[in-house]
Amino acid sequence: MDLKLDHHSKDGIEIVDVEGEIDVYTAPRLRELLIELVNNRFYQLVVNMEKVEFLDSTGLGVLVGGLKRVRAHDGSLDLVCTQERILKIFRITGLTKVFGIHDTVDEAIAARRAEK
Amino acid sequence: MATVELSFTALPAHVRTARLVATAVARRSGVDESLLDEVRLAVGEACSRAVAGHQQYCPAEPVRLALTDLAGRFEVEVTDTCAPGAKWPGGAGSDSGPAAAAGLPAGLGIAVIEGLADEVQISETSGGTSIRMSWPSTGASR
Repeated sequence: MDLKLDHHSKDGIEIVDVEGEIDVYTAPRLRELLIELVNNRFYQLVVNMEKVEFLDSTGLGVLVGGLKRVRAHDGSLDLVCTQERILKIFRITGLTKVFGIHDTVDEAIAARRAEK
Repeated sequence: MATVELSFTALPAHVRTARLVATAVARRSGVDESLLDEVRLAVGEACSRAVAGHQQYCPAEPVRLALTDLAGRFEVEVTDTCAPGAKWPGGAGSDSGPAAAAGLPAGLGIAVIEGLADEVQISETSGGTSIRMSWPSTGASR
């Protein structure tokens, strides 16, 4: 399956819905979207990965790149993911300590609000 | 002789095809269902790395993938024809590209492979690099 991207605002946070496979072929599209959002001054992001079927190190690089961009503006990039197959690559690479990873979008928003 | 051999043009779009074929042959070879995601990800990382190298150094050369059903082992070999010691260009586990540009360490793709495959052997060949990975199987397709 190819990559589908969508985004919408909820409670002042931009939710990025990702569906499909994030790999060396499709990751550039996600990178472009994250750059576009930051350029449009969306600095509080939640990437919903519940419908992501595959993620490789190229995709991880794009997510970390997005995190760096929003942090440069005192922003945040949290993830929503409960799939073990996707969480595994975050664990192998130690990135579970870098991202806030939540079970639902609402939980991610609540956690972000609580930090403010 | 490999059970299935595949060579593909060094384009990112074909890495997905390589993953799908590897996963299908692994399943057919009796690799446990719980390991198939690991096979898929490790093969994808190895192929992404090879594609990135070929695009930089030898775009006309195909990347080769050999899938072999051995006695009790399913073995995958990804072979590139980039000169040994070539500095890797953009892509997973490289010195540039999205992963490195984001501050992730070079060689992340290799680190992921080593974290996933049951056994990994990386060797320099006369023409480039070979990444050999294997997982336990029941040898169902033999």
